[in-house]
Amino acid sequence: MSLNPDPDTADRLLDAHAAAEVKGRSLWQDARTRFMRNRAAVAGLVALIAVCIFAFFGGFLAQYEPDYVDFALIGSNATQGVPSLETGHYFGTDSSGRDLYARTVQGTRISLLVGIVGAAVAVVVGTLYGAIAGYAGGRTDGAMMRTVDILMSVPYMFVLILMLVIFGRSILMLFIGIGLISWLDMSRIARGQTLTIKGKEFVEAAHATGVRPLTIILRHIVPNLLGLVIVYATLLVPQMIITESFISFLGLGIQEPNTSLGALISNGASNMQYGVIWQLAFPLFFFVVTLFAFFFVGDGLRDALDPKDR
Amino acid sequence: MLNYVLRRVAVAIPTLLLLIVISFALMYAAPGGPFNSERPLPAQVMANIEARYGLDQPYWKQMFDYVWNVVVHFDFGPSFQYRDRTVNDVIAQGFPVTLTYGFWSFIVALVVGVSLGAAAAIRHNSWLDYLAVGISIGAQVLPNFVMAPILVLVFTLWLGWLPGGGWQGGQIEYVILPVIALSTSYMASIARITRSSMLEVLNAGFIRTARAKGLPTSRIILRHALKPTMLPVLSYLGPAFVGMITGSVIIDVFFSTGGIGQFFVNSAFNRDYSVIMGITILVGVLTVLFNLVVDLLYAWIDPKIRY
Amino acid sequence: MTLKTRLLAGAALIAIAGAAHAESHAMMEHPETGEKLAADQTFTYRVLDEFPSIDPNLIEDVEGSAIGRNLFEGLMNQDEKGEVVPGVATGYEVSEDGMTYTFTLRDDAKWSNGEPVTAKDFVYSWQRAADPATASEYQWYMGLMKIANVDEVIAGDKEPSELGVKAVDDHTLEVTLSQPLPYFPQMVTHTTTFPVPQSVIEEHGDAWTQPGNMVSNGAYVLEDRVPQEYITLKKNPEYWDAENVIIEEVKALIINDENQALTRYLAGEFDQTDVPAGQFPRLAEEYPAQAISVPNLCTYYYNLNVSDSGPEALKDPKVREALYLAIDRDVVVDNVVAGGQKPAYTLTHWATAGFEVPAVEAAQMTQQERNAKAQELLAEAGYGKDGEPLSFDLLYNTSESHKQVATAIGQMWKQTLGVEISMANMEWQTFLEERHNKNYEIARAGWCADYNEASSFLDIMDSGSSYNDSGFNNADYDGLLAEAKTAEDPLPLYTQAEEILTQEFPILPIYHYATVFMMDDAIKGYPLENAQDNWYAKDLYRVAAE
Repeated sequence: MSLNPDPDTADRLLDAHAAAEVKGRSLWQDARTRFMRNRAAVAGLVALIAVCIFAFFGGFLAQYEPDYVDFALIGSNATQGVPSLETGHYFGTDSSGRDLYARTVQGTRISLLVGIVGAAVAVVVGTLYGAIAGYAGGRTDGAMMRTVDILMSVPYMFVLILMLVIFGRSILMLFIGIGLISWLDMSRIARGQTLTIKGKEFVEAAHATGVRPLTIILRHIVPNLLGLVIVYATLLVPQMIITESFISFLGLGIQEPNTSLGALISNGASNMQYGVIWQLAFPLFFFVVTLFAFFFVGDGLRDALDPKDR
Repeated sequence: MLNYVLRRVAVAIPTLLLLIVISFALMYAAPGGPFNSERPLPAQVMANIEARYGLDQPYWKQMFDYVWNVVVHFDFGPSFQYRDRTVNDVIAQGFPVTLTYGFWSFIVALVVGVSLGAAAAIRHNSWLDYLAVGISIGAQVLPNFVMAPILVLVFTLWLGWLPGGGWQGGQIEYVILPVIALSTSYMASIARITRSSMLEVLNAGFIRTARAKGLPTSRIILRHALKPTMLPVLSYLGPAFVGMITGSVIIDVFFSTGGIGQFFVNSAFNRDYSVIMGITILVGVLTVLFNLVVDLLYAWIDPKIRY
Repeated sequence: MTLKTRLLAGAALIAIAGAAHAESHAMMEHPETGEKLAADQTFTYRVLDEFPSIDPNLIEDVEGSAIGRNLFEGLMNQDEKGEVVPGVATGYEVSEDGMTYTFTLRDDAKWSNGEPVTAKDFVYSWQRAADPATASEYQWYMGLMKIANVDEVIAGDKEPSELGVKAVDDHTLEVTLSQPLPYFPQMVTHTTTFPVPQSVIEEHGDAWTQPGNMVSNGAYVLEDRVPQEYITLKKNPEYWDAENVIIEEVKALIINDENQALTRYLAGEFDQTDVPAGQFPRLAEEYPAQAISVPNLCTYYYNLNVSDSGPEALKDPKVREALYLAIDRDVVVDNVVAGGQKPAYTLTHWATAGFEVPAVEAAQMTQQERNAKAQELLAEAGYGKDGEPLSFDLLYNTSESHKQVATAIGQMWKQTLGVEISMANMEWQTFLEERHNKNYEIARAGWCADYNEASSFLDIMDSGSSYNDSGFNNADYDGLLAEAKTAEDPLPLYTQAEEILTQEFPILPIYHYATVFMMDDAIKGYPLENAQDNWYAKDLYRVAAE
């Protein structure tokens, strides 16, 4: 009954090493075959790879540094900062006269990092926490879930303001902050599902034969949560990116002159009625492509990993 | 079951007290204070103001007085920032607004999301599935701070159909745009969760059995598949509901609706301690309540869960 | 008046809008200009944020002050140029020594409940504003007015009744000062000094400002108020000059996002809104009759931390001067903020009454010359391209326009001087605390005049000023300011003080503000030459479409 995750995915999502040991090789070859048959998922994977290449190597094509300001362009963006191959501003310039191509490359890179690292923290912490709470049940469950309730009712903006102020501001801090906030939802979902799985025969059988609780959680519960976890993680990565931009929107995000897709989109959105639509269009394009890709890959993985689907 | 409810309520009370203590501590640790301004006030003026609001008292006493007033008198104190009103006034003003558009957004997100997700799962890998997935992803990738200005641009400036903001006591034309902007991304999430959950359910043994028995598909879906499908969706509803309440921040900023979101952000930036606390406690109570409801629904839907 | 910088936001501060539906004025002509008036005499305008208070003694922000001026009327008003004109008082006399002011109150001034406005109302209001029990943030303004005993009253050492203000009779108010203050009449146009109705406040307590409770003596009364949404004022029939008030209803809509506000303005939802930074040139071209830019008495500048906690390099005046010179203010003014602001090489705003901007050397040079000199100075100091690498943190509070200015200036320093700038934005409260604790290297600042006089600007760099976040301490400078307080003609002293600032460079002035807004061209009578943007709805009117 246990799932057979693709090692790379498992690595990214949770430490399911224990679960992986029991699997036969053919199972995950199967999964790969199924994944490759899913055209949307493959397209998503290709898009994702393309976005990654853009984010990590696109900078070599840029004609300008991301923080270089062309003073002649600041006030006349709408007429002179338009996207053009001739000027080397492939995506035009932003409202401060900086090259939008270079900034989009940088923003995509930072957003990907924020999304993946944040989601990874949330998923690992949340799944384990939720599974333990759900499996343990009783008082432990109550205490653990009430803790989540309390944490959820603490307005996260404060926590972030505090963390950013007390520990100084850095991208790392942002990753951790966002990750620490968003595992709460994950833990709820994992717990809810665990409650259902817990009643199933194989868990009860394992329990009856004296398998230790932690082993049951890691071997039997967590792998069965994987389908859900993957879908949720693919929901989470874009949410992380959106959360980051919301924080940028409040002025607590990535520190200028560094930027993120969310910050670029937020700027572009506030300028969109001023004839500089490319300031919104290009970052939004990469944003949308990235998210679509994540969603399709996530769905493809889910379908591929679900043994019941055969 | 009654026992369980009582126990949960009993736990909720210390939960809320703990919440108050944590938020109090966090607030006081944050830099700045409610009366800091660009030109620092003369020491004497500052002392007068702090005396008036009891900010010169020791920390534990402030907290005790606060809790006492909240619990015994249901009084959240005066706002430090809005000198003309108390926190009770602020909440009485802003909360019904937030609740109104939050409620409608919740309904829209749930109904549309579940229908879309279920339809996609039932017609798995058909054009309907792809369309539903496309719509839901499309809806999710547009951040609401992009969607809000687009909505206003289109419906207010270009078409002139709807007002671009304001509330006016919740007249229908003022509610539509906020609800669209707030519900879309939750609708998309619910659709995706429903779809994947239903796909799983439809593959489960008991559904196969039902199919094998030759029951009609509609009956299988409604009678057997829908309830278990809702489990992960239910898990998501708690966070989604709270998210909609706090998500009112962006709605209030863009549509000037005057909900608690705006008060909350302003108070956080202005260190208006009493308003922050009031809204935090309100959201805390709602969270606890809503999670209780979700857990009870869980038990109702899944008889295997024992308390 | 100190503004929260979020309010300043580089561009316009205030907007008015109005529309009045005035049956009485329908198809009438303006009594003075003869223009045909619109049937609808309402004025609706956008404000950024909810007013912290509309109690005159407590009002602490620019937008609340505008509401205060429409609801209440003080001893003196300002006209369209910012000159002091009679309000409730018909005039005043000053004693020989300049320490006693005697105001004569008009006998037809009434509260909106029909009671007469008397000198006692002012005495009550001023005592209330200074009373520690009221806990008004604007107690400091009462202190600034130098009324006798005010500091002791604020400190709680004397009873409020001992404040140097008394009602000689119902229509005579006598104010005693602790030192001569030539601009005192200017100061009583401020809302903190407006009368408040004692009986109503005693009856309703803090709730007296609620609709239905509030009684006021201005041209308008409070009709309705929904926090974070709108406030509506209606014409006050009891106002002594009500027959000359044309606008029947004034409504302020609270809209936080300036771009949304502009969209809704363009959709015709209201009559006035701010112009977001950088959008003025385009709007002025597209809507020449509606896009308006007027000077506003505020200065945008950067603080250099010259105190002990500041970086070593900033202790060298040559480095500070190099930074000062390498800012291309024309780019900032014309391209970044682009709303009719003017480059600032000195602190005091150019439009300040009775002030002439000193002709400092840097202002006469071209930017190439300034850059060349800046590079020279930096090289002499041993830093820059061939010397020791230099880098600074630039602190600003979160706002789109501050970010754009910081981005541009940071790049100017980098491109001209090779100085690396790392930008740090902080939310407002944290920013204030960090800057005030001198926990920064370079930090943005903005200052708006409390009253229309140069000392309102220059005082902030006094070594005792609480806003002197640079840590600048210069005895000559302090001496000049002290001397100016009593001088017959303070202008030469102010010029010298400015010159000290442009030798020492504790601050880098960048530009002088302008208020930039869009206003329906049917609205007339807006005081475009009032550099403090103090407008009165009673002076406005809406003309009929032709």
